Amino acid sequence: MPHDHSDDHSHMSDIDARVRALESLLSEKGYIDSAAVDEIVQTYETQIGPQNGAHVVAKAWTDPVFRDWLAADATAAIHSLGYTSRQGEHMEAVFNDADTHHLVVCTLCSCYPWSVLGLPPVWYKSPPFRSRAVIDPRGVLAEFGLTLPDHVAVQVHDSTAEIRYLVIPQRPLGSEGMDEASLRRLVTRNAMIGTGLALSPEATS
Amino acid sequence: MNGGADLGGVMGFGPVVEEADEPNFHAEWEARVLGMVVALGACGQWTLDQSRFARENRPPPAYMMMSYYEIWLEAAITLMTERGMITATELEQGRALQAPIAIRRRLVAADVEAVLNAGGPVNRPEIGEPAFAPGDRIRTINLHPEGHTRLPRYARDKTGTVTKVHGFHVYPDDSVSGQERAEWLYQITFDARTLWGPKQSPRDIVTLDLWQPYLIANP
Repeated sequence: MPHDHSDDHSHMSDIDARVRALESLLSEKGYIDSAAVDEIVQTYETQIGPQNGAHVVAKAWTDPVFRDWLAADATAAIHSLGYTSRQGEHMEAVFNDADTHHLVVCTLCSCYPWSVLGLPPVWYKSPPFRSRAVIDPRGVLAEFGLTLPDHVAVQVHDSTAEIRYLVIPQRPLGSEGMDEASLRRLVTRNAMIGTGLALSPEATS
Repeated sequence: MNGGADLGGVMGFGPVVEEADEPNFHAEWEARVLGMVVALGACGQWTLDQSRFARENRPPPAYMMMSYYEIWLEAAITLMTERGMITATELEQGRALQAPIAIRRRLVAADVEAVLNAGGPVNRPEIGEPAFAPGDRIRTINLHPEGHTRLPRYARDKTGTVTKVHGFHVYPDDSVSGQERAEWLYQITFDARTLWGPKQSPRDIVTLDLWQPYLIANP
């Protein structure tokens, strides 16, 4: 759980000191290179994030051959766009439609498709979401402002192995004339986890 | 193990709270922990499953009280201490007091991009044929191992349907020993009502990705 209370300040500065001591020790012993640590952090701050997944989704919306490939072999289709990195080695794409809504969770830890979504947000890793997504998915979705009608089936995917799930949201109404580059802006991280829908074109114009 | 990490269906945590415009890291130390843990993977001193078990194998009260990157930090320290890479005294003093152990590789900055892009696939050359095919009904085993498992408590001793054969993947329950072994992996689909009772929508389902040793043919 996130520590966000004021009495945690001294606890947090203890951790900060412990992490500094560890990095200095590991560098001195030759196990890590701090420049490599910088490079890893920079990669996730600037290169690997939900924009990768938005590319996959927008292409699936506009290219039926790619969409079919994604449905049949999501790993190969996603890797073909260059998104091969760790926590994306084995991918499944699941497609929302008028009757089905998909939601992804990892109840045991925080498995998440880093290669296409980047690092998971705190809520995804936290006990409220991990505990309830499987037993009360409709209640969780309502907390994200998404109330699904009864006739829509909710399909929850608990990422218990190394398969990583990417939700392909429905293409929003009013987006018919948009090209792939413009469509990417409608695809939010939450839409690709299943805790949201793609944005309507009006919302981004 | 039936530990604090196995959270599916546990009650009382309250609502899911989303932070607006959330950054990747809430403090510099979180970024350093993420970077160090990824970099330490290259040293080749533990498997994925050993690192996962080191995070999950904590007394539930301690697990619940730690933030996510604290769990990563403490698990990495545990793994390195167990292997003699560092000692508690060294960490306390922030300096080396003993010679380092031999490692497979030290990741340098120039190799980060290639290493991240290569990832770490866990599918292995197939041995034999899968025992189950899509459409087969199965029952999950009722087992409560003290060691590592990826079969959550809420899905034990439940009937479901095979919906996909994913392939032949490293099997965590054995590979946590450090000796890698693979098994057939399936997507299993359970009715929400089978898992959670009659209050659930009859339309809703939950899928889990489960290895063959977790499954028995449904009589």
